[in-house]
Amino acid sequence: MENYIHTKEQMLNMYETMLRIRRFEEKAADCFTKGMLAGNIHLCIGQEATIVGTAAALEKRDFITSTHRGHGHCIAKGAKTDRAMAELFGKATGYCGGKGGSMHIVDVSQGILGANGIVGAGIPIATGSALASKIKGTDEVTLCFFGDGASNHGTFHEAVNMAAAWNLPVVYLCENNQYGVSVNIHNITNTDTIAVRAKAYDIPGVTVDGNDPLAVYEAVKEAVDRARAGQGPSVVECMTYRHMGHYLGDNCFYRPKEYMEEANAKDALANFRTYLLEHEVTDDEVSGIEKAMFDEIEKAFEFAQNSPYPDVSIVTDHMFTMDNERCVVR
Amino acid sequence: MSITSISAAIREGMREEMLRDENVIMIGEDLGTMGSPFGITKGFLEEFGSNRVIETPIAESGFTGMAVGAAMRGIRPVVELMYNDFIGDALDPVMNQAAKLRYMTGGQVSIPMVIRAPMGAGRRNAGQHSACLEALFTHIPGLKVVCPSTAADAKALIKAAIRDDDPVIFLEHKLLYAKKEDVPDGDNVLPIGQACVRREGKDATLITWSRQVNFALEAAKELEGQGIDVEVIDLRTLVPLDWETIKASVEKTHNVIVVEEGVKRGGIGAEISAEIMEELFDELDSPVTRVAGLNLCSPFSPPLEDAVFPQVKDAVEAVKRMLVRV
Repeated sequence: MENYIHTKEQMLNMYETMLRIRRFEEKAADCFTKGMLAGNIHLCIGQEATIVGTAAALEKRDFITSTHRGHGHCIAKGAKTDRAMAELFGKATGYCGGKGGSMHIVDVSQGILGANGIVGAGIPIATGSALASKIKGTDEVTLCFFGDGASNHGTFHEAVNMAAAWNLPVVYLCENNQYGVSVNIHNITNTDTIAVRAKAYDIPGVTVDGNDPLAVYEAVKEAVDRARAGQGPSVVECMTYRHMGHYLGDNCFYRPKEYMEEANAKDALANFRTYLLEHEVTDDEVSGIEKAMFDEIEKAFEFAQNSPYPDVSIVTDHMFTMDNERCVVR
Repeated sequence: MSITSISAAIREGMREEMLRDENVIMIGEDLGTMGSPFGITKGFLEEFGSNRVIETPIAESGFTGMAVGAAMRGIRPVVELMYNDFIGDALDPVMNQAAKLRYMTGGQVSIPMVIRAPMGAGRRNAGQHSACLEALFTHIPGLKVVCPSTAADAKALIKAAIRDDDPVIFLEHKLLYAKKEDVPDGDNVLPIGQACVRREGKDATLITWSRQVNFALEAAKELEGQGIDVEVIDLRTLVPLDWETIKASVEKTHNVIVVEEGVKRGGIGAEISAEIMEELFDELDSPVTRVAGLNLCSPFSPPLEDAVFPQVKDAVEAVKRMLVRV
């Protein structure tokens, strides 16, 4: 972390967002365990540094696509925790009015083009968004979050090939937490890294420590600047850890205990806090952020809990933009 | 008014929309120099350039998914699948993305894209290039499904499909492309969801669409010589379905046969038949029946292929069987 120069404000913002995501996920886990949430949830605890370092390199006008493990991506890109929490609760005040749920929290007004329950499906969508920028002649960059699991999907290869062929302004951001559900990436993939696959498409590919938000920021910033300058796509692979199971309730019996020992030793929340205190940030500033984030998430929880469920009469709304009722009735 | 083929009518409709709205783009395989295998985009690359006529690698899942992403950003992509059978490679972006994103986001986005795909048997293209898959698409909530049978409709409906803010599946029967017909001049847009009574009759109704409309009209003509007066409805659109036109005809003839090229099992005929039974049972003089494709894929050999999808005689016999029973 020592080589990078960042303003104190930038670093505090990163810490705040990492903490906002961590507290959000912990609260969601608590609610789920208590039986307050339906369905299932995929938590990104452990991956906050990758998410926050990445989001810090994007402009507000830029776009992202997210994944099934998407709460953090959306929060980092600007989604509000109260409406996101309300969506987890299936409430009318949630971002999707309760129609999306945990896997589909989206605030399109913040440039979030969808979280996605289908592994690999966001990769062509992000690439299509980049194509739209090229067609329109505008300079937004689209960043595509995907996991090591999705890197083996055909959509990755089809989309990256086209983005490279046409120099599209897109960054492929691989959150490599080493497990696709229960399967270790090295059991199913021959290459040491995902980033090396960029060579096949003659575009840059780098692998960075995904638990170091500043290292992630530097790598993503370079890729974003490159894309914005019309120099085409890149792959940035962030090595990170999924502290929880694939879904909450997965006991991870398939993972060696060393995985979590490493994950805990490299946990960005703890390490970045130490780093900040060594770099002109005071205890008061850090604890102020910690209290603010705790309070924000408690309020988000209360907002979600106190919000009404959607009225059943809206169940047929929003399937179609035009002629909805007729298209739904038969 | 000018005489034009259905393929030229679709081409002209798309060209007019590209001239009208710079957000309309074409994306798919071989659309550029070749102008697509059936010539539908001939001349587009020269006229509109490679920024709007996007010739892709053979990667249906990738480019269809990209069209979804571009549509979320305000582009109006017209995707060409070279044959509707290739949807097997591109079903996720259609079924799980384009069709669902508006609903799942609570109405935050719309996906104004068209997927055009040639379909149909009779061209000896064998098992993987001959299906009629409209029933597959109608089963997916969130898609509109259009299957024109005339040049004028094809032009007016492709324009409507491009202007529609929802994903529209636009199925073109390969053996209709060369059919030459009158197409009115001017910017005619036919609202999606309107059927057309191609022939009025009082004894029985043949409900059909796409190429089978021609077969049904031939059958009606043959039956006329035998004193049977058949009504022919061209649905033109399968989602949304023009129920009012169907209902009026059932109330008039009380005898209904759905004629469909695609396979019978789980087909459109099954759906329409069930709707009529549920809502208009007392209007019926006989059970609704279906003339449809066998539950097979297309064989190559011409006599075998012709035995798989309905011919004119099948509709004729079905009407006679039904009316003799009455």
